[in-house]
Amino acid sequence: MKTSLSWLREFVELPAGLTAEQLDDALTNAGMEVESIVDQAATVRGDLVVGRVLTIEELTGFKKPIRFTTVDVGRGEPQEIVCGARNFAEGDLVAVILPGGELPGGFKIGARKTYGRNSNGMICSAAELGLSGDHSGIIVLPEGAAEPGADARPVVGLSEVLVEVEITPDRGYEMSLRGMARELSYAFSAAYTDPATLVTAPGSTPEVPYEVKLEDTVGCDRFSARVVRGIDPDAQSPEWMQKRLIAAGIRAISLPVDITNYLMLELGQPMHVFDLNRLSGGLVVRRAKPGEKLTTLDGVARVLDAEDMVICDETGPVSLAAVMGGETSEWQPGTVDVLLEAAHWDPVMVGRTARRHKLFSEAAKRWERGVDPQLTLVALERAVQILTEHAGGTVDERVLDLDHVVAPATIELDPALPAKRIGLAYDAEQVTALLSQIGCTVTGVAPLEVTPPTWRPDLLAPIDLVEEVARLGGYNDIPSLLPPARGGSGSTPQQRRRRSVGRALAENGYVEVLSYPFVAPSAADQLGYPADDPRRSAVRLTNPLSEQEPLLRTSLLPTLLGTLKRNLGRGHRDLALFETGTVFLPGLTEIAPPVMGVDRRPTEQEWTAANTIVPDQPWHLAVALTGDVEPAGWWGPGRAASWADAIEAARIALSAAGVTAERITVGADELAPWHPGRCAAISVDGTVVGHAGELHPAVVSAYELPKRTSVMELDLDALPLPPVTQAKRISSFPPALIDVALVVDSSTAAASVEAALTDGAGELLESVALFDLYESDQLGEGKKSLAYKLTFRAPDRTLTTEETLAARDAAVAAAADRFGATLRGA
Amino acid sequence: MSYRNDPYDPKQAALLDPAALEAAVDDARKAFDAASDLDELATLKSAHLGDRAPVSLARREIGSLPPAAKSDAGKRVNLARQSVQGAYDSRLAELEIERAAKVLVTERVDVTLPWDRRPRGARHPLTTLMEHMGDLFAGMGYDIVEGPELELEWANFDALNIGPDNAVRGSMDTFYVDLPGLVMRTHTSPGQVRTMLTRQPPIYVVSPGRAYRSDELDATHSPVFHQIEGLVVDEGITMAHLRGTLDHFARAMFGPDARTRWRPHYFPFTEPSAEFDVWFAQHRDGPRWVEWGGCGMVNPKVLVAAGIDPERYSGFAFGMGVERTLMFRNGVSDMRDMVEGDVRFTANFGMEV
Repeated sequence: MKTSLSWLREFVELPAGLTAEQLDDALTNAGMEVESIVDQAATVRGDLVVGRVLTIEELTGFKKPIRFTTVDVGRGEPQEIVCGARNFAEGDLVAVILPGGELPGGFKIGARKTYGRNSNGMICSAAELGLSGDHSGIIVLPEGAAEPGADARPVVGLSEVLVEVEITPDRGYEMSLRGMARELSYAFSAAYTDPATLVTAPGSTPEVPYEVKLEDTVGCDRFSARVVRGIDPDAQSPEWMQKRLIAAGIRAISLPVDITNYLMLELGQPMHVFDLNRLSGGLVVRRAKPGEKLTTLDGVARVLDAEDMVICDETGPVSLAAVMGGETSEWQPGTVDVLLEAAHWDPVMVGRTARRHKLFSEAAKRWERGVDPQLTLVALERAVQILTEHAGGTVDERVLDLDHVVAPATIELDPALPAKRIGLAYDAEQVTALLSQIGCTVTGVAPLEVTPPTWRPDLLAPIDLVEEVARLGGYNDIPSLLPPARGGSGSTPQQRRRRSVGRALAENGYVEVLSYPFVAPSAADQLGYPADDPRRSAVRLTNPLSEQEPLLRTSLLPTLLGTLKRNLGRGHRDLALFETGTVFLPGLTEIAPPVMGVDRRPTEQEWTAANTIVPDQPWHLAVALTGDVEPAGWWGPGRAASWADAIEAARIALSAAGVTAERITVGADELAPWHPGRCAAISVDGTVVGHAGELHPAVVSAYELPKRTSVMELDLDALPLPPVTQAKRISSFPPALIDVALVVDSSTAAASVEAALTDGAGELLESVALFDLYESDQLGEGKKSLAYKLTFRAPDRTLTTEETLAARDAAVAAAADRFGATLRGA
Repeated sequence: MSYRNDPYDPKQAALLDPAALEAAVDDARKAFDAASDLDELATLKSAHLGDRAPVSLARREIGSLPPAAKSDAGKRVNLARQSVQGAYDSRLAELEIERAAKVLVTERVDVTLPWDRRPRGARHPLTTLMEHMGDLFAGMGYDIVEGPELELEWANFDALNIGPDNAVRGSMDTFYVDLPGLVMRTHTSPGQVRTMLTRQPPIYVVSPGRAYRSDELDATHSPVFHQIEGLVVDEGITMAHLRGTLDHFARAMFGPDARTRWRPHYFPFTEPSAEFDVWFAQHRDGPRWVEWGGCGMVNPKVLVAAGIDPERYSGFAFGMGVERTLMFRNGVSDMRDMVEGDVRFTANFGMEV
């Protein structure tokens, strides 16, 4: 809603010295979001004066014609000013900004030399003064407008304070001068004149000026009309009206149309003007028939919906009710007989029609928010008066008013409720006073019987009245009080786990990223998923931001690789990234959830059924590495990131998640997008929870990534929650250390050998650590040597050499048994 | 003792002469003091304290003395030997200190050398900030709840009194998917709906998380963003409690000067509703009010849809954008920095925000 302060002042006696800040505060505290308050006079700084052009000398030899002028600015010598415009003559009155002044946008004016002449100031165009977009020439003022030297601001119209506010969807009444002024009158305790009381409107007459049949009183509960014949078709809207329309951002079109727009701004009642002679037969107000067509004023042929309301004559629909008129019936240049319509339409219907046809007109915005149904006759009377005043014509004394409006329902309000909800001690008297102030009729004691005014269709329930009490009483007077603590359990184990994992990875060199979860359908192929891979089944956005990326990720990897690529593109070479986020795994069913109302809690069955269709959205963790994981430095060469780092990232994460090493199994696996020989399945308690390793070379090439890029992905939600860890008994006896080197087939997994050693060694084994991996010709083709350091310790004694060796032998025997391992050098 | 039965030989007793002993002690002290390092001192040790040292030989001569003189001589020899030993010990201590000091000098390194062999990573500031906020509320007795990002339309809209005709349900604002009845949640409030459906008041929860709106990414908008919302439903909850909670939150986030200012507003799920600004004294462009979020008293219709008696219970809810908070609190000037994943942006924050 845009308007000017001077117009507001017509209806509310605002303080004379009102500052922009005071106005801003008042509007804001009333619930109107202030977009801008612009004092036009202040947008141009310094001396903006009326000048009279004395001489004009045409300068030639430049790219464009230039004029050198002397201008009487009412002080001292005439000013020499160079000007590029040509739409003025010697003796014209113009607006001149003198050196030291500043135009809107911070353009400072000085005395300068240009085109070989001195130029002391500037002759202004409307665009330069921020008055309009008119750049075609400078402003030539009417003769006698003012004397040279006078302040030009009031003369050119730079005198308004323009106010633009955003109105919330519940307060339609504020989309008018009537409503804004009313709200300001509360803020300043100022006298208020309701513009709806400016005239006394005649009521409906037994005879109607035009036959109208109202067929759907739900879509339209009031339809009023007046007729004026014989107006001067060339009559122009008065300048004051045009200015106010322009200030509101509405284009001036013609007197009848401008009047309806003007009254819509003033009263909040949208209206429509028909050319009486372009209507044939009586009007019918009804729902559209599905598929019915209407070409609206904007020239668009629209196919109507059964929910749309239309005004029809014998030829069919002539207006898309409440939203936009039709081409065939609308006022047009030359119209002399007009039918003025003011109706009251169903807000829900208008909202749907506006969205359906993407017609968000000023009228539709008001209808959707709610319009006072008691304004139709007043608006028509005002329209008729203004129209005849400026265009003559004869008013048809007959008034049509089909009124099915239901009066606002009375709300029973517990007078204690406002205090209970607001936390300030409002008593019944204060509540009554505040509600009366906004136009409610309040009777009764307990409960208070509150009947809202007709312009407040938003007031329906006691809590709506509480809001008004709080708002008018002042939100910022509400005290600040912490509610008593009730005891809580803080974050969940899953949340703590994500945090621990995030910290652990960050401390181990990984940088966290948060990627959008949108992926391209081609990602599944790029990642090399087999045709039947369940990760190919993804939820699709029906209105994606990018048609290229309509799917929701089923793995973090495609989006993480995208982020990796972006970093590579920005010149980073050594990267270790991680992301924790949800993936979206659609189920197999596509049934709609049960329809659940809002007048009660859904039943358990409904709620369970609804949730079964919500896709599983587990939290995943992924890492991606490329370049050096340890940089080269003065200490020596760096170390390139590899499959092993990706697997270790999984171990780091699992450890942070409270999974101890002995519960983790790492085994060779083959799964896209990993390199089939460098892919590990990570299991906890025997259940696979993720994979890690080097990317398949084909994936590396599809994503144009550096070779050997390695990734890991875990399903964090699949991890068991950490148990209550039991303490281990710490032995104070000395350890016995023995190294063994075992020769096994190259294909034997080190982890399996270690497991065999552990199983075979028995309880005395404290730890086992691989310290050497060795392959050579001496060992033979297809053989490798694994050297382990075994630490034995007993809880209750110092181990004897015999005991230790026996345990060692048992360990080796197990490895020999399972994998044919032989002791190297034995 | 092995010399006890030695025959007396007056010639040999010359070493027991007090002057001779004194000289021996003197020699030893001078020699020790002259030793320049521990090796030299070790070499000198046998000469003055070894078997052939004057004080050792003197001890042997005691046996040759008449019994009456033995005691006196023994004392003198012992004293002399103790003096020599003392001289040795003190020089040894000196030289050891000297050597230790020298070792420290030779072991001096350039401590300014870099050793970032394993570079540290960093956590995304949005994650850290959400945890920070969650911790604050956990400390006030709130639970931290979550819900699915791909959410039931009913939980995201209907249950929050956002009726079927509300414009935000249009595809201009909301992402829809090819599954019926589901949307990408447009706020974290459905998490609150889920909470109210699964537990009875008193309810004190915050739900931090991701939300989606079909805005194009620019300097101040992102289609994927984070929110933290709070919900309290209990007996006797008033707007004053809401204000107290927001003021406390503001002070915890922005310092003791912070406070909130409310502006009446409209949200379907709260009534009365307000938008609120926070006084942010540390703003990079000077102290000012900054728009922070929305809040209000839970609309009784929302309580009804969740099966909570609106006559008995009242509640408040609030929500704010985490990106927005990070932008003004930490001086992030472009939304895109938070979503693009450039490691320089995140690394700058390290482990805290």
